[in-house]
Amino acid sequence: MLLGRFPALAGATLQVEAGEAVLLQGPNGAGKSTLLRLCAGLLRPERGDAFVLGRDLHKDRRSVRNRIGYVGHQSMLYDDLTVEENVRFWGRAAGVERAQQDAAAARMQIEGRLFDVPVGRLSAGQRRRTAIAVAAARRPELWLLDEPHAGLDQSGRDIVDALITDAAAAGGAVLVASHELDRVEPVVHRRVTIAGGTATETPLDVTTAGPDASSAVENARPADITTGGLDASSAVENTDVV
Amino acid sequence: MLSEVLLIAGKDLRIEFRSRVALNQVAPFALLILILFGFALDADRASLTTFTPGLYWVAILLSSVLAVHRSVAVEAGEGAREGLLLSGLRPASVFLGKTVALIAQILVVAIVLLGGVVIFYEATIDDGVLLVTSLVGAVLGVGAAGTLYGALLGGQRARETILPILLLPVLAPVLIAATRAFGDAMGTVAADGWPWTSLLYAFAALYLALGVLAHGVLMEES
Repeated sequence: MLLGRFPALAGATLQVEAGEAVLLQGPNGAGKSTLLRLCAGLLRPERGDAFVLGRDLHKDRRSVRNRIGYVGHQSMLYDDLTVEENVRFWGRAAGVERAQQDAAAARMQIEGRLFDVPVGRLSAGQRRRTAIAVAAARRPELWLLDEPHAGLDQSGRDIVDALITDAAAAGGAVLVASHELDRVEPVVHRRVTIAGGTATETPLDVTTAGPDASSAVENARPADITTGGLDASSAVENTDVV
Repeated sequence: MLSEVLLIAGKDLRIEFRSRVALNQVAPFALLILILFGFALDADRASLTTFTPGLYWVAILLSSVLAVHRSVAVEAGEGAREGLLLSGLRPASVFLGKTVALIAQILVVAIVLLGGVVIFYEATIDDGVLLVTSLVGAVLGVGAAGTLYGALLGGQRARETILPILLLPVLAPVLIAATRAFGDAMGTVAADGWPWTSLLYAFAALYLALGVLAHGVLMEES
């Protein structure tokens, strides 16, 4: 992946299995968000192999997108519409049943009075909850979460933790980029560090790891990392899920 | 596909209903242009009457740029454009939905402005059918071309300044044809307005087809 003349990711192969939650960590500007946007099909890989949900991102990014729950830095919501109107609009756009939309809104605790408030008047945390509810309503096969706890209060953070755990338990795959290691490590199975454009598997901190972290660490396949040159690109491969 | 088009158009119109940008900002801007033209040419009343169709369409095109910009800004604000990419909606549906909403807003401005030229310029309408037919054709073309060029510049930071530079020259055929057709409808020129009206619909059809075909690529690349 090139940003201008420079590679955002010099070359990395990352594999995430179904039923697995993986933490992406690394310093600012390391390429975590770029990797997530690449997996979401929002960026085109320059070189290398990139398979998401069994699809080659070089050839087909469109069919992958509506199977993904992507929560990035921007909420992707319309400020002039209410919370309910946003949930309904994005739900209908993705072909999601109304009951599913309501369930996602209830889970993120944005139903009730908040439903009638324009998104432009929400706090950052409420906006975040709405964005996650919109993604959750689609029941995605792959979750791509970029700093999902940012701006959330304690209850919101707990809900996101439960969401990650439940998504993986239900057979989905979750990739979470976060700086809040203490928060995220207990709910993921593996940790991958992005630095210098490459990805390396790093063991979870045993004092915080969970829920079945010890077995997950033992059984996890090490990430297949390949480091390329200046113009090498990232590769996100997975024959099963990601 | 129709349900997707209506979903997008309904969303944009609901946002307009809430924010009232077209009604409270674009329409007054268009009226202001009309009034300023009136001040500039008022000493020569005959010229003002003769130039009414041209002045009307210049005002419409300038104010349409604002409406197009607003249509683009709605998607750019919080990354909703990427949400549309992830939603699975067909790009052609997004294009047609946004075009329908934009056309509706420009039509409102055009009707307000028509009242303006009748009141301020004392314009008369000799052929109402020709006037309405050409008005609809011109607005269709402006809406389709505006949405297409809006998508082209959707991801550009300098789109506010680039949009009029790119869009206004493209809309020159609309200005010429609509002015001729309105001239005939208002009795200010001795010309047949119907061929010009046909040109307006040809322009609209061309840009509607281009938009349906190219909008997906533009959403991906811009």
